[in-house]
Amino acid sequence: MAESKKEQINNPYMPFPARIEDIIVETEDGNLKTFRLMLERPEDRENWSHVPGQFAMLSLAGRGEIPIGIASSPTEKDGLLFTVNKAGVVTGALHSMEVGASVGVRGPLGNGFPVDSELKGKNIVIIAGGFAFTTLRATLLYMLANRRDYGRITVIYGARTPGMLLYRKELEEWQKRDDVEMHVTIDRETQGWTGLVGFVPTVAGQVAPSPENAVALICGPPVMIKFTMPPLEKIGWTDEQVYLSLENRMKCGIGICGHCNCGPVYVCKDGPVFTRAEVMKLPVEF
Amino acid sequence: MKVYKISREGLDKWIKHWTESYDVFGPVEKNENGMTDWAEVKGLDEISTAPGTTKQPIKTFYLPQPETLFTFTSRGGEPDSDVLKETLDEGRPRVLFGVRPCDARSVTLNGLAYEEDPYYMANVERTLLVGVSCREQCGTCFCRWVGGSPFGTEGLDILLIETEQNFVAEALTDRGVSLVEAGGGAREASGEDLAMVESMRQEAEQAMSAMPDTAETLRSKDLMSMYNADFWGGLSESCINCGACTFLCPTCYCFDIQDEVVRKKGRRIRYWDSCMFPLFTQHASGHNPRGQKVQRVRNRFMHKLKYFPDRFGPVSCVGCGRCIRECPVNIDIREVLRDLLGVE
Repeated sequence: MAESKKEQINNPYMPFPARIEDIIVETEDGNLKTFRLMLERPEDRENWSHVPGQFAMLSLAGRGEIPIGIASSPTEKDGLLFTVNKAGVVTGALHSMEVGASVGVRGPLGNGFPVDSELKGKNIVIIAGGFAFTTLRATLLYMLANRRDYGRITVIYGARTPGMLLYRKELEEWQKRDDVEMHVTIDRETQGWTGLVGFVPTVAGQVAPSPENAVALICGPPVMIKFTMPPLEKIGWTDEQVYLSLENRMKCGIGICGHCNCGPVYVCKDGPVFTRAEVMKLPVEF
Repeated sequence: MKVYKISREGLDKWIKHWTESYDVFGPVEKNENGMTDWAEVKGLDEISTAPGTTKQPIKTFYLPQPETLFTFTSRGGEPDSDVLKETLDEGRPRVLFGVRPCDARSVTLNGLAYEEDPYYMANVERTLLVGVSCREQCGTCFCRWVGGSPFGTEGLDILLIETEQNFVAEALTDRGVSLVEAGGGAREASGEDLAMVESMRQEAEQAMSAMPDTAETLRSKDLMSMYNADFWGGLSESCINCGACTFLCPTCYCFDIQDEVVRKKGRRIRYWDSCMFPLFTQHASGHNPRGQKVQRVRNRFMHKLKYFPDRFGPVSCVGCGRCIRECPVNIDIREVLRDLLGVE
């Protein structure tokens, strides 16, 4: 037992064995599924500790590895959640797997959101589009579990259609709470939808969260981030207050293999979370 | 450091003694152009003494092509199927004989990035380097521009210097001293030998044009102004993205990881990859952060000359000149250096 622990520390390429405990189909097109994974070995479960915003490599022997954001908060104790979009070889294979199947988890990797430092005591604005809500779900749950450490929490989350929203049951629960302000929107009017309609940047402009003692965490397609900034800047938001999470192709996840560099930084090791001010100083290679 | 004197016959005996406990490799003349490459040797007469570097850099010994990270059986259903097994294996130790100082330096430089990589470090542990100093400069090499020297010792266990009749052997590490002892028959070098070596060193260094403080100068430059320099477009125009520069570069160390399964026997391997290839950065969505050739060419040079020095200190280039020698369209890193440093 002690021997296997030593291996884990020495070999950063060795994944922890894990089992799929649950699979939830998140979206109406079936392309997004959330996998609840349980690390097999009790000592791995005990030693595991992550920060919202970090990611892990999911490993399928014979298929390969993929970097996926950790969707569960460290305050949740029932395994690790990964919401995976079906896009390539590994994600395709993962989507065809069933509860009980074995996978590997290598991580946690990257820096995560500074929830226990810069974000403490601040008003928090979470802005997400499409399936980029995953690590922000982790962040939101972490903040709700440590509610007194943060000021007002505002969430602006949009998807193409109601059926493309992630974590729908939880969205409904959060909407009932009075300690978080939810603005959930879809792109176009749809029968049966009584909530907001409009793109995320438009809604962000309407909600106009105050920049006073606040930070914004924005995850979404680049085009969404691009158009979300002007309405925020108009009311006084600066790049230093905005946190983004970058994505790049990765292989090692520990800053060696060279794939994910964005100019001088490795997204896997120095990121994936950067302030927008930091991102603006980098070459646009993400 | 201990300095010894050894004859040509003595060196041959060293190699023969070493083969009892080590696999010994040396540069061997292999192809029609007189180009040398690394091969296992049993004696000195097999080893080429031609000036210059081997075709392949010695990274083949540190980053094998490919390298197995894990093995697994892919049977499905059985308890141990798909469970990764570590293949980290120290293997038989080996001596690389006749390493040029530039190549030896690459092991140290790459080690800065690979500090936490157990596979690389195991290969460092099991590989002893016996270098040989350079008497003449090749048409394409420029070690003195990037912090190296034709008599450089960085990364080496022993440096051999050929004198009129004999060799002087500087044992630079404990491992080097034990190699000399295992070889036997060496005498301690005299003051006269040391003086001769020193004057040879000075002569060789002076014969090569130097650029002082290249790394420091590059570190002090503004990153984005280097990135936005106007010569990248022209430079990249002729590049055909073949990747020869990166594969033959001793300090290009990027890799890909892939799984392969043949008859239910699987392995997770890593092998060299190149930032010259569009797939290197392509996302699963199809989006590509470095989709244009100019971005990839720039990345190769910026990594070596700016990103790496900013992170680790030295330039990630040893001046071996392989990329210049082998580039099919004559792209020359020395021109890039001159442009970036603003020198003629």
